[in-house]
Amino acid sequence: MAARSVPNIMKQGKLAPWLYLLPALLVMTFFIVYPMINTISLSFSNKDGTASAATTCVEGKPCWGIFENYHYALTAELDTSSFSTFWSSFWGSSYGNTLKWIVLMVSGSVGLGLTFAVLADRVKYEAFAKSIIFMPMAVSFVGAGIIWKFVYDYGTKQMQIGLLNAVITSLGGQPVAFLSVPQLNTIALLVVGVWIWTGFCMTILSASLKAVPDEIIEAARVDGAQEWTIFWKIMIPIIMPTITVVITIMVINVLKLFDIVYVMTGGNFGTNVIANRMYTEMYKNFNVGRGTAIAVVLVLAIIPFIYYNIRRFIAQEEMR
Amino acid sequence: MNRDRINKILNQIPTHFIIIFMILIWVVPTLGLLITSLRPVQAVNTSGWWTVLSPPRGSAEYNQYCASCHGVEGIAITNADLTDPELISRFPRSLQLLATLRADINSQPHMQDTPVPEDQAAADIAVHLKKISGIDEQPRFTFSNYIDALVGYRGTRSYQKDCAAGTAPLDIHCDTSDLLNPRGMGRAFVNSLLVTIPATFLPILFAAFAGYAFAWLDFKGRFLLFSILVGLQVVPLQMTLVPISRLYAQLGLNGTFLGVWLFHTGFGMPYAIYLMRNFLGSLPRDLFESAYLDGASHWTAFYQLVIPLAMPAIASLGIFQFLWVWNDLLVALVFLGGTTPVMTYQISNMVTSLGAGWQLLTASAFLSMLLPMIVFFALQRYFVRGMLAGAVKG
Repeated sequence: MAARSVPNIMKQGKLAPWLYLLPALLVMTFFIVYPMINTISLSFSNKDGTASAATTCVEGKPCWGIFENYHYALTAELDTSSFSTFWSSFWGSSYGNTLKWIVLMVSGSVGLGLTFAVLADRVKYEAFAKSIIFMPMAVSFVGAGIIWKFVYDYGTKQMQIGLLNAVITSLGGQPVAFLSVPQLNTIALLVVGVWIWTGFCMTILSASLKAVPDEIIEAARVDGAQEWTIFWKIMIPIIMPTITVVITIMVINVLKLFDIVYVMTGGNFGTNVIANRMYTEMYKNFNVGRGTAIAVVLVLAIIPFIYYNIRRFIAQEEMR
Repeated sequence: MNRDRINKILNQIPTHFIIIFMILIWVVPTLGLLITSLRPVQAVNTSGWWTVLSPPRGSAEYNQYCASCHGVEGIAITNADLTDPELISRFPRSLQLLATLRADINSQPHMQDTPVPEDQAAADIAVHLKKISGIDEQPRFTFSNYIDALVGYRGTRSYQKDCAAGTAPLDIHCDTSDLLNPRGMGRAFVNSLLVTIPATFLPILFAAFAGYAFAWLDFKGRFLLFSILVGLQVVPLQMTLVPISRLYAQLGLNGTFLGVWLFHTGFGMPYAIYLMRNFLGSLPRDLFESAYLDGASHWTAFYQLVIPLAMPAIASLGIFQFLWVWNDLLVALVFLGGTTPVMTYQISNMVTSLGAGWQLLTASAFLSMLLPMIVFFALQRYFVRGMLAGAVKG
């Protein structure tokens, strides 16, 4: 830390630092810390936060007492009558979908981003190519949602104005309702996510690839290593810490993802994700207890990353 | 030597191929949006945007069935001049046209040896006839979608036509006040600006103060406090929405700009401080030491040394926060809603409840992207720099 050994001369009174921190600490306490605590306590309450969640239990049905909202948040979408119904209902639930998003969108955007970073490094129009891939980062999820909703448009029998269905029909296929066929629609939404976030992954990975010392790669080439070997055995291990960071950032982004689903399908046709479900419970069904319980589930999923983030920060500080 | 170069170029071909393919996937959907937003509504709904440069609808059918007698321009037969609007207006629908084509003229079949066109072809010919007679002239490109989107026009024709004919809906006044129609993108653009500018400025200001304290002032619990802040960076927005919206409801801050400014400021803080502190901490120490030795106070050091030197970090942070707030939907949805709609809200509302046509959606989406795109392409360098400094936010 730059000021771990602050020269004596800088210690000007005990109050001054806190005056500088005051505005920031005030808004953070009020808008992050206080609401977090309040959210947790509301998640144990009923529909409008006036009584305990245990009062919402229905006679004769399984009840988790004060944890009733969590009971709802975790099991309402699932059909536990047999293993096979559980399995299929899980993959159509917001949790199954969020898991799909995490696995496919993170691997998709990190994989494509890395591929593009490596390839673009070898061509003369690198800057141009990269800024094109990066461009969706400037556009809102809403805008990107509209762009892709139009690509996926499912027209009439005679006329396809959506690009993808026009291509399919011109090749002799049947048009596909990309946004309403279950399973396929989650993939279709996920592609939009990959389209948006690949540029982000590419930019960070590209910067760390460029930081790999040329001497190491030259030495490997002199020893007769193939490009492919150099990539897998030298570059990837060197940039592995950055890849891990990008993956964690992406997982957090996916967990919080709301806009794409909200704009493109509204969570219908089996495309719901945790973040959209929270919004629906809170602002469409006006159920404070359930909405906050889902938010807490979301934050529980993120806690490992909060921990990881702090650990990484401390490690970085020790290296300085 | 020469062979080596050819080999090198050949080896590069797959690389170029993949890169160009990916660039196309990134550009083509966006291009489709832009082109569609510039086409007249009938064209948008009856043909894909990629056909924009192909011959207009109906001209091929016209040439096939009619041009041999009526001529390519439609004026070959003087007592059946197809460019005459009065004549063509007798065929408002393709049914009338088909009936005439099937009927006899001077006891000869109208079409003589040529077969009568199919229904679809007849409809296309009718479109073509309306165009050459000037009844319903459709330009290839038009700005009317943008005008409709800006003023919030939701009718079936277009703002300009309805205003000219005096049949505009009640909430349209046909003067400049329409730009402030709460259903339009013009008003939403102003609202987005009013939300974004203070919500960008305030966090930067607070973060500059706090970043300076974290980087160069000594106080107890500094490291612990900063570590907590690093953890707070990834707290999801969803975790804080409900208590704040309940509180805002009590304070009457729901639907006000102040509420949104403060919320964005609070939420943007951890990342902004993190970035500021890392940037300021990397400035040379001698600078501060000599400033203090010269008798400068903290405050002088802050606004005469730190602020000017921190300009690159401020720029990065500014772009980040600007794009974040401008593109945000969730906060706008919860705290502003329909009372003071911003652009993202307006568009999502068109999709989810109003079911507006593609011509309006594409134009509106493009309007909302305009400013971020300009900011992005002009200041990309700073944006990338800010991102590389650790972007985990939202």
